[in-house]
Amino acid sequence: MTDLLRVENLRVGFGDTEVVKGISFSLEAGRCLAIVGESGSGKSVTARTLVGLTGGRSQVTADTLEFDGRDLRGLRDRQWRDIRGRDIGFILQDALVSLDQLRPIGKEINEALRLHRYGSREERRKRVLHLLDEVGIPEPLLRVRQLPHELSGGQRQRALIASAIALDPKLIIADEPTTALDVTVQARILHLLERIRDDGSALILISHDLAVVARMADEVAVMRYGEIVERGDAREVLSNPQHAYTRALLDAIPSTHSKGTRLSPGTPHVAPVVERAPRAADTPVLDARGLVKRYAGPDGQTRTVVDDVSFELRAGETLGVVGESGSGKTTTARIALALTEPDGGEVLLNGEPWTAVPEKARRVRRREISVIYQDPLSSFDPRWSVEQILADALPPGVRDPRKRVGELLALVGLEGEHRARRPLQLSGGQRQRVAIARALAPDPSVIVCDEPVSALDVSIQAQVLDLLTDLQEQLGLSYLFISHDLGVIHHMSDRVLVLNEGKVVETGTADEVFFAPREPYTRALVAALPRLEPRAASGEPTPAQVVA
Amino acid sequence: MSGVLLALPRVQVRFRPGLALSIALVAFFVIAAIAPSLLTTQDPLKINLGDALQPPSAAHIFGTDQSGRDLYARVVYGARESLFIGLAATALSMSIAFVLGVSAALGNKLTDGAINRFIELLFAFPVLLLSLLFVTVFGAGLTTLIIAVGVGTAPGYARMIRGQVLAVKGSGYVEAAGALGHSYPKVIRRHILPNAMRPLVVLVTLGVGQSIVWASGLAFLGLGVAPPSPEWGALLDAGRTYITEAWWLEVMPGLAIVSFALALTAIGRYVQQRLEGGLQR
Repeated sequence: MTDLLRVENLRVGFGDTEVVKGISFSLEAGRCLAIVGESGSGKSVTARTLVGLTGGRSQVTADTLEFDGRDLRGLRDRQWRDIRGRDIGFILQDALVSLDQLRPIGKEINEALRLHRYGSREERRKRVLHLLDEVGIPEPLLRVRQLPHELSGGQRQRALIASAIALDPKLIIADEPTTALDVTVQARILHLLERIRDDGSALILISHDLAVVARMADEVAVMRYGEIVERGDAREVLSNPQHAYTRALLDAIPSTHSKGTRLSPGTPHVAPVVERAPRAADTPVLDARGLVKRYAGPDGQTRTVVDDVSFELRAGETLGVVGESGSGKTTTARIALALTEPDGGEVLLNGEPWTAVPEKARRVRRREISVIYQDPLSSFDPRWSVEQILADALPPGVRDPRKRVGELLALVGLEGEHRARRPLQLSGGQRQRVAIARALAPDPSVIVCDEPVSALDVSIQAQVLDLLTDLQEQLGLSYLFISHDLGVIHHMSDRVLVLNEGKVVETGTADEVFFAPREPYTRALVAALPRLEPRAASGEPTPAQVVA
Repeated sequence: MSGVLLALPRVQVRFRPGLALSIALVAFFVIAAIAPSLLTTQDPLKINLGDALQPPSAAHIFGTDQSGRDLYARVVYGARESLFIGLAATALSMSIAFVLGVSAALGNKLTDGAINRFIELLFAFPVLLLSLLFVTVFGAGLTTLIIAVGVGTAPGYARMIRGQVLAVKGSGYVEAAGALGHSYPKVIRRHILPNAMRPLVVLVTLGVGQSIVWASGLAFLGLGVAPPSPEWGALLDAGRTYITEAWWLEVMPGLAIVSFALALTAIGRYVQQRLEGGLQR
């Protein structure tokens, strides 16, 4: 079979910076090539180059850049527009920003057809409905008139895929197509992409998620700093990685086999240094009893987002809360933080009433519980330096705030030079470290971690998870750990609470929930995970299958 | 993701002739307002009927008016009053807008609703109409002019301030400060107000220029400062009668108004870019 796409020595630069440094690959019809890498590896730029979307300030050069026998080098914008959509479909990561907010999705898809002069008006209308049906959007007749924000995240992504495949392109490029999605939705989207590939389209999958890649790809190219460090058959690369970077990436994935081990190599394990006054062991630090929260929806109907949720968090323990979006995990966290008033039930903090007392009484006790958000950047005042942010979080009466800020920075592995920086001048991992330092500043007994690593690259995620584990041992902290990522939850948690539609579906130790799930929902959740085969070369006794 | 890199233009620090010119112009007018005698030796009020209605020449670079007064000197001396009107009207407008916008955003639903209706009511009166109203009630003059322009431009700013405060109020860092146990007044003082007011720096710069244009317009209609004051709008008003024989009486003060407003706008835009660029880096 001849190659549908051939790329040789592709270089893309912006100004003086070269972000793609001479990469080569090729792809046949009906096959899937995965380009894997972390932020800044150049994988997204590579994808954009193939559809001519690198922007006017970029310089693209290649020895060969050939698609379906056609040279793609030096095409004009007009020619690219002709190819995009008809010959090459492009699926972006975030459907919410990629779709026009003010246009019904039916029109959006129709637009793609109309631009390439597909059929008559009536034929286009039929084609749109057919496409929506094909990508598995229920009730196409109704959905076709809805705006993007009226659809769920999964449906939006499907709509985007529908517009990308509208003209049966020979090549589909999907840039992180499932990154923002829940695991069960992800499974369905991946299934859809597989079907498209099996129908004969070639697929380039850009992803940071090796487990997704393992499921989909025939071939894998691992990118780092604009270069392909390893390329080959997917099974071969993932089970027997040759390059150290690929191995590090694979090791950094938190999963069932990683529990109790360190995810980031080279960081020494820190032994506990601070002995805490032992708390009364039988009093849970956080005791939630029958929490209920209802919201009035836009249609006037009341939705119960948290429905009779109870849990106990004991000193020094991590309770993982897992569930898909809309399962009520964040609302539960907000109630635990007393940022949202529950409509029923109450939370006790260190054995005393917490959510049931007025805010005035709570204020002095707020330092007993702190929080780490998913997006640290928005949780910092952009005008403040790291020093100000941390000093602000110190409890009143700290004698030497400067010294204490220094200690906090050291605790989370940051240097004195970071003091004067603004949050925007830090990397994602550094920001999350500052967020952790701020959470530690009031000397809390509980930290609520709301998706603390889901915005981070896998190697940074590994470092942050290791840091949280160390801090827990050092300081005897209790974590209420919220995540949609089952691998992360299993890695971190002593006990796990599975939420679905506001209700507690299952609760138990991490191993019970993951290896012997009792409830059908939990079983479905665990089964929906893309899995990574254990590494043959590692030689360690690993479970038969690794949950990633 | 790495794709984001593509969207961010790099901020380059380089010489901008337009900006330099704007700064020079504003500096010139500020000096004129503070110490006009530095910029001209002529007396703006000295009548010399023998020199009446002279076109621009080496002796009188802007020409002279119907009473033979040097127009350049009058424009320079007029800067003080014009700038004062611009600043005072903007200050008044911002104060009203601040009170309205902040109370709407931080108040309860009822307050917000009431203030919003009030702002809409103000919107319904164009600046000009409002000014006519004020002049009819209080008589023409400097104070009336300032109040008219200040009140007239307030609702637009009030809307913007309300939106800014609402955005900051719902931000992650305000919630984080609450979770740390800081009291709400403290959070308002330390986070909400400073962050919400940040973009207003630019608005103020733009507002001063706009207020001067408004005030001149009103003065041109005879609703402003009365002659023989050399306020720029009053100059326009006075020159109107001679427009067919002495174009410079309209063009020179007009140029002063336009160039000052333009220069302020250019500087405002630049500050805006720098603020945003600074936040991105």
